[in-house]
Amino acid sequence: MKLLSYFRGEAFQRGVHPPSCKLTADRPIRRLPFAPRLVVPLSQHIGKPSRPIVRVGEEVVRGQPIAEANGWLSVPQHAPATGVVEAIELRPSARGPWTESIVIRVYEASTQEVLWGAPQDLDAFPPQDIILAVQRTGMVGLGGAAFPSHAKLSVPEGASVETLVVNGCECEPYLTCDHRMMVEHARDLMVGIRHAMRATGASRAIIGVEDNKPEAAAAMRAALPPGGNVFVEEVPTKYPQGSEKMLITALFGVEVPSGKLPLSLGMIVNNVGTLAALGRLLPAGQGLVERVVTVTGPGVGRPGDYRVPLGTPLSFVLDYAGAPASVANDSRQVILGGPMMGQAIASLDVPVTKGVSGVLVFRGEDMAAREGRRTYPCIKCGECVESCPMGLNPSMLGMLALRREYDAMGGQYHLGDCFECGCCTWICPSNIPLVQQFRVAKQILREKAAA
Amino acid sequence: MKASVEIRSAPHIKGPRSVEQIMANVVYSLLPICAFFVYQYGLSAAASILVVTAACLLTERAFVRTGTQAGSLSDFSATITGLLLALTLPPGFPLWMGAVAGISAIALGKALFGGIGFNVFNPALVGRAFVQAAFPAAIATYTPSFLPGRFTEFIPSSLAWPLMAPADTAAWLKAMQYDAMASASPLARWKFEGFVTPAWDLVTSLAGHMAVGPSPLLIVLCGAYLALRRFMDWRIPVAVLGSAGLSALIIYAAFGTKYPDPFFMLFSGGLVLGAVYMATDMATSPVTPRGMWLYGGLIGVLTVMIRYYSGLPEGVMYAILIGNAATPLIERVTQPTPFGKGASIHARKSASYTMHPDYISREEASAKTPKKRFLKNKPKKT
Ligand code: SF4
Ligand code: SF4
Repeated sequence: MKLLSYFRGEAFQRGVHPPSCKLTADRPIRRLPFAPRLVVPLSQHIGKPSRPIVRVGEEVVRGQPIAEANGWLSVPQHAPATGVVEAIELRPSARGPWTESIVIRVYEASTQEVLWGAPQDLDAFPPQDIILAVQRTGMVGLGGAAFPSHAKLSVPEGASVETLVVNGCECEPYLTCDHRMMVEHARDLMVGIRHAMRATGASRAIIGVEDNKPEAAAAMRAALPPGGNVFVEEVPTKYPQGSEKMLITALFGVEVPSGKLPLSLGMIVNNVGTLAALGRLLPAGQGLVERVVTVTGPGVGRPGDYRVPLGTPLSFVLDYAGAPASVANDSRQVILGGPMMGQAIASLDVPVTKGVSGVLVFRGEDMAAREGRRTYPCIKCGECVESCPMGLNPSMLGMLALRREYDAMGGQYHLGDCFECGCCTWICPSNIPLVQQFRVAKQILREKAAA
Repeated sequence: MKASVEIRSAPHIKGPRSVEQIMANVVYSLLPICAFFVYQYGLSAAASILVVTAACLLTERAFVRTGTQAGSLSDFSATITGLLLALTLPPGFPLWMGAVAGISAIALGKALFGGIGFNVFNPALVGRAFVQAAFPAAIATYTPSFLPGRFTEFIPSSLAWPLMAPADTAAWLKAMQYDAMASASPLARWKFEGFVTPAWDLVTSLAGHMAVGPSPLLIVLCGAYLALRRFMDWRIPVAVLGSAGLSALIIYAAFGTKYPDPFFMLFSGGLVLGAVYMATDMATSPVTPRGMWLYGGLIGVLTVMIRYYSGLPEGVMYAILIGNAATPLIERVTQPTPFGKGASIHARKSASYTMHPDYISREEASAKTPKKRFLKNKPKKT
């Protein structure tokens, strides 16, 4: 099979096929009600935290900016609901440390319409101004990276972009929010693509969709603008197809040189969810106040894709989706993001932020099968080598990690290229926590380099 | 929030594959081969398989109990060692010597290195090498297959008392009116007599009284099952058999009749069993795909060289042991090329889109883009 797919020239090599478990692929996106209190962290993105521009006690209208960008690599925040600012204080975040957040008490009687924002005619804007307009929306990569979108769309001096690659792969099992966006908001997506192409100067856009979502591809094909410079391309379903570099390999048959960005090949990659949201917000001149989140997993009674106001506490989301905290008095695991790369969280007070694409709940019994597996020494079966998309040798890296030979891992065995996709751990029959060891090793190497 | 929330590190799901599953499947695939072996040689073969496997399991058990090593009985790896070891021994091999082989296989071949995954040499071959050195006469004594009465009567040498020399099978055979030559293995007959057994007889192992192991055809079929379910890597057997066949062919073409034809080389002796089940032992073969080719190629060439140019009729065992020893070195020189560091940073011709849009798409009329080779309706994994 591997050989075949190589000769087809259509996919990256290696990778794995975890069961897709897309329980919610056929359900339309629904709206989540407003929680009584919303917590908007000032740092929901990569870069500097925003600066609050409201005071405690101030009334805010849904969509009104409540924090401004603090420098270039930063975005503003908008009030996700009409209400009153109750506090600006430290609140728990998904990563652990408490961060400065704006707490809004929601007016129950409000209609919660977005009343802020002035329509703008982007087609009259020069590219530079489109990028500023993107920054004003507060948009970040909705696929999970949460990198500010305007920074991603701006082409540095001396580089040129020919192709806008739109990433609709959604290779993580369980997640379907991008899928639903493509099906339901194909038009918005095309608008977003048009503006993104103008902003970057790209002459064509290619949307890559995994071939397990034919209806998404069909919906987007139906919405394609005239002019013929936007294409929808199905790529093989395989994890981690949704990684930028893997998608580029599938589309162009070329590997992005190690240590370089897709920009070096004249490409910029954006997520479909991001561009679809931009396509709606940009013409209206509004800010990002909600996002689509897949709430799913065996521990959720009513799984689905929900349009969640940013800042909604997870406990509220889970209550609504049928995974109330009070029932689950046994242990369970709540994950932000997908099951392969998502992050387990310690507290359900954590709010939904811009980068949260999914909330996954596993019950105790779902984890039991995995917990019961014993770990053997590496039997050198070579499965990990054949599944690492980056072409590393996780078996060797794992053995070096046991012996704490971190320098050899980083140097001779290219640990720096590992992007923690988790394929090796997923496949390992000996149940060795390979990628977990690699994370530790990378952290140690980073600390060494900083020292 | 009273509910307890657990924290783990991604990935949060796990593939179905486990060591137990792999090992159990190897055992299943060995069962038909063992059955064929018993069909060929009757009671003695069955007893030999049982005793050797039991010796392996007991030894493993003893070492696991000392707590010095990973692994357990339930991982089936000692069972595999036992079955394979029994298949490489002559069917009439004295049972007590078989037990010695089993014990030394696990103790010297595996436990000494730290148990499952840490062994450098294939334990079954270590066991065999040990008894080959200890009992050179007994291990060279083969009996013909399909003897009448094989299901009711032991080959006399099987039942030798511990530490006693086994009974003389030649005399026993003579009494049964078989000439001694039928009890020499085809490789020995070629080496010492110049007699080349027809290849097809070797492939099926069914042609009358021959001193051969289970049918290579059956072994290949069982191996194919494993390879298809990806419990074994297909590259190694292909590389071993390919390189052995190729080097035998070259020598045959160059020196003609002095050497047997490549088919005889491929199907005689333990080459197929070695290529499919011994060389592919995971712990002792390279993990890197290129390394597997190199390792298999090395074993194939070495086998032919040892068979042709040494005093021994059979060379598979030593070839594999040498291959095992070379594995760390092979791995070091065949590390996979990381993504974005190899030759494929240049675009493949067959890609859907060109990198830089001199034309915008492959749909454009004048564009000369390669045809898309994409299987329609290909099977989906769920
Ligand atoms: S998958 Fe696990 S057991 Fe197999 S070679 Fe890799 S680390 Fe070793
Ligand atoms: S986590 Fe790293 S080493 Fe493991 S498969 Fe992914 S890229 Fe390779």
